[in-house]
Amino acid sequence: KREKHNGKRRNGDRQENKRENQRRKRSSKSVQGIREESQSKTERRERSRRRKGKAEHETSGHEGNKRERDQTRAKSTKSKKNIKNEKTRKLEGKEDGEAQEKSEKGKLKLVCTKNEEKIESGDQLKEKEKALGVKKKKKRRKKVVETSSEPETSEDGDDEEEVNNDGEVRPELLSPEELEKLKEAVDEKKKLIQSLRGKPWPMKQKLVTLRESQLFVEKYEGALGKGKGRKLYAYKVMMTKKWMKFQRDFENFKTACIPWEMKIKEIESHFGSSVASYFIFLRWMYGINMILFSLTFGLVMVPEALMGRPYGSIPRKTVPRAEEAGAMDFAVLWDFGGYAQYSVLFYGYYNNQRAIGWFKFRMPLSYFLVGVGTVAYSYMVVIRTMARNANESGIGDDNSFNFSWKMFTSWDYLIGNPETADNKFASITTSFKEAILEEQESRKDDNIHLTRFLRVLANFLVLCCLAGSGYLIYFVVRRSQKFALDGLENHTWWERNEVNMVMSLLGMFCPMLFDVISTLENYHPRVALQWQLGRIFALFLGNLYTFIIALMDAINLKRKEEKVVKYNITMWEATLYNGTGSENSTAPPITIHPADVPRGPCWETMVGQEFVRLIISDTMTTYITLLIGDFLRAVLVRFLNHCWCWDLEAGFPSYSEFDVSGNVLGLIFNQGMIWMGAFYAPCLPALNLLRLHVSMYLQCWAVMCCNVPQERVFKASGSNNFYMAMLLVILFLSTLPAIYTIVTIPPSFDCGPFSGKNRMFDVIQETLESDFPAWFSKVFSYASNPGLVLPFILLMVLAIYYLQSTSKSYKEANVELKKKLQMQNEENKKKNKQAALKAQMDLEEAKKSASQTAEHQRNNNDSVQRQEGENAKIYMTR
Amino acid sequence: MGTTASQLAKDSLSEYQELTFLTKQEILLAHRRFTELLDRDERNHPNPRVPMEVILTLPELKSNPFKTRICQVFSTSEDKDGSLTFEDFLDLLSAFSDSATLEIKSHYAFRIFDFDDDGTLDYGDLEKLVNCLTGETEDTRLTSEEMRQLISNILDESDIDKDGTVNLSEFQHVISRSPDFVSSFKIVL
Repeated sequence: KREKHNGKRRNGDRQENKRENQRRKRSSKSVQGIREESQSKTERRERSRRRKGKAEHETSGHEGNKRERDQTRAKSTKSKKNIKNEKTRKLEGKEDGEAQEKSEKGKLKLVCTKNEEKIESGDQLKEKEKALGVKKKKKRRKKVVETSSEPETSEDGDDEEEVNNDGEVRPELLSPEELEKLKEAVDEKKKLIQSLRGKPWPMKQKLVTLRESQLFVEKYEGALGKGKGRKLYAYKVMMTKKWMKFQRDFENFKTACIPWEMKIKEIESHFGSSVASYFIFLRWMYGINMILFSLTFGLVMVPEALMGRPYGSIPRKTVPRAEEAGAMDFAVLWDFGGYAQYSVLFYGYYNNQRAIGWFKFRMPLSYFLVGVGTVAYSYMVVIRTMARNANESGIGDDNSFNFSWKMFTSWDYLIGNPETADNKFASITTSFKEAILEEQESRKDDNIHLTRFLRVLANFLVLCCLAGSGYLIYFVVRRSQKFALDGLENHTWWERNEVNMVMSLLGMFCPMLFDVISTLENYHPRVALQWQLGRIFALFLGNLYTFIIALMDAINLKRKEEKVVKYNITMWEATLYNGTGSENSTAPPITIHPADVPRGPCWETMVGQEFVRLIISDTMTTYITLLIGDFLRAVLVRFLNHCWCWDLEAGFPSYSEFDVSGNVLGLIFNQGMIWMGAFYAPCLPALNLLRLHVSMYLQCWAVMCCNVPQERVFKASGSNNFYMAMLLVILFLSTLPAIYTIVTIPPSFDCGPFSGKNRMFDVIQETLESDFPAWFSKVFSYASNPGLVLPFILLMVLAIYYLQSTSKSYKEANVELKKKLQMQNEENKKKNKQAALKAQMDLEEAKKSASQTAEHQRNNNDSVQRQEGENAKIYMTR
Repeated sequence: MGTTASQLAKDSLSEYQELTFLTKQEILLAHRRFTELLDRDERNHPNPRVPMEVILTLPELKSNPFKTRICQVFSTSEDKDGSLTFEDFLDLLSAFSDSATLEIKSHYAFRIFDFDDDGTLDYGDLEKLVNCLTGETEDTRLTSEEMRQLISNILDESDIDKDGTVNLSEFQHVISRSPDFVSSFKIVL
């Protein structure tokens, strides 16, 4: 019985195939009809492409074998005329397709074939679906066709098919090959669904294709999942479906979690992508600081606050008696003295107890590792981002498409503000004109000596500025140390905050000075911008390093002081014990309030405090300049414009522009200070987070309400990696002094988690010895001896060298390939020209011959006429 | 108001997510913006069409020099008036979205620049393109000599087969090397 069933099923199959053929015919007919009607050329092209795809599909598609079989079978039922029809149609389609391809010069060949594949599969499935949908109608037609040859089987087949269509395909009835094919088809459909969004089709077409392929997949997937041993497959399918859904939801969730998206979009639409790039950079920075903050907060500050000894239990955690009176004053707290100084915010508060709390948290180790981890994480992130940026910009450095890029990619589609759009129009026009001028190279540098002289002069002036600012900072820091020795209370507010104020003011006014100086140089604006950035960078860096050098001096002073204090303390302890009971050493220890214990100066906390103050004053100056320079200016310009003798909005003060590069530089330097000081003041990332958060809102508001779009809009993407490189340099330069102090200077004896140790990194050694089994420390000591480390470093260097040389060779290969491509293009050009010439010659010849024959014929005609006339004459005469 | 009738069905929403580069929130936002453009009596229409003039009042498109071309390219209406249905609108946003691929972006960019819809960028197309980019005012326009120079330079660079026009594959080749095409070919609601 089963055999019979099988046979029937095969019959049904055959019928289906036959039907499919007919359907295809019909569809191609209808396509033709539509094609004649359609007017749009693009549409036509696509259709003909699709048709071609079908033609190919019919002759050599991946189901070609099957189809051939079908056709041979179909021959028995179909009339020969039918076949002929089909063949001619096929040929037509093919020719059409070929013609189309020719007209596109074969350039699109790749694209074409790709599209064909896609469309092919789409078509195929459409047919199948329609075969189901329009079943009844077809059935009737089919019966008409088939009654002549084999009426009985066809009826049976139809019935069988109906069952098949209503129920599922029975997998156990299919041969393994067919199953395989089916599976392939299903996979293909799935791929199609995946890639559907990347297709430039109208939504309707995409929707139809999606629905059809989903139906197909569901139907046949169910079939595949039915038999025994296929449960795993069904399970897998289900899981992938769930996984996809989850992924999509997660993606949605992720985009919903990105903060400030709407704000940035608004700015993008008003100011173009370059201003927005600053805010995106700011947001990225915020993300990094978030991680740094959670590291320090979660692993250092919170454990110490919760599980460490409470405030007041030991001297380092108590405000000394001398400072107690003013420890809660706002001025002192604002300076991060008093209670703020003796808290988890600073290095000195942490105890050197090896393990704290009930689960033995290794505090000093954690402190050290967090410090290292902060730096390591920052390096990783910056370098990874740089690499990704480099990948994205790819080979964008060659200038072979200078004009085309200006033409095709210079419009920023995000611009939604008419004013910005006008600026953009102007800048595009100037860039076109400049490019043309440069191309012509008609510009003459008439007074080259003068420009050279001016440039040298400008650089000299800038150097003077830099040296002056460096000296000023050094001078101020030294003076402040003198003040500090005298005691801060005797000095005015200015004298106390001199260092930070001077640094901030220099950072504010020097760039303006540079701007004025750079007008001397007469550079192209892009070059001028780079010079300007370089100079500001040098200024900030110089300032920072003078600050650090001065700080080093301060550290040395403190360490000298520390020695004295240490000596005094031993004396003090001795006198204390001597005074009370010298005769009995086992006397109960005297309880002294921890606030009264004399203590060392703790240089680490001093460094941390300096950095925190620097950050605070920097933030303040940034905000104040923002408020005065942008907001106040905008308000004045806006409201005084009614009663002023010239037009303020168009004339001198006008509104300010948003200075992208300056702001990015400020952000980078701020981050550098964070990296530098974070080891000595664990609160720095938190402070920075706060600052960035406020900046985001404040600057967004300031940009939207009081800035005008830039006149010259620079591209954001080109400078992205430039900023990243700067960040990397700053990261390196700022970790350098921090690491130097950690490695070379012994920690203070009575404050901080490493007190009592010779060097800070001894904590690792200690942990290895006491917390790990003996063999581990042995292995570690073997691994860290120079005999092993040096070869390892050598190996890494070799690996770097190898990678570099391979990348170089790839580049060379690229260049070679490009050359080849150009050669080929030229050859093609030549060939085309020759062909065109030949064709022209042929045409002319043909014309000539045609005209000759025409003449000939005319002559003949004439002669015939003449003859006839003569004949007639003769006839007449007769 | 009639907002309840214009809610997106759940399954069509998921289909749109499958077929575009947009997230759920973006699609919902697009739908809201689109229904705001419709009159009240049009909202009950099953598949409403918004005429091009109304679409162009969107602030995202208002100052774009290619706005009419964008509408025409994405419109599926039979009489070529640039009117958009919601699905056309989604197509537009998807092509201009952040995560769309370079391939699809360059395809649509080509069609937008192809002013006469003949499948290649010829001299006329490029001229119109330059005029779009330099704005309407007289002082920013290029002279005809400059225009000729510029277009011949462009054709020198990107017309690889030297047939005097830039076709799609040549265009995509040029665009794919550009560092900032993907980041600037964006429209976000």
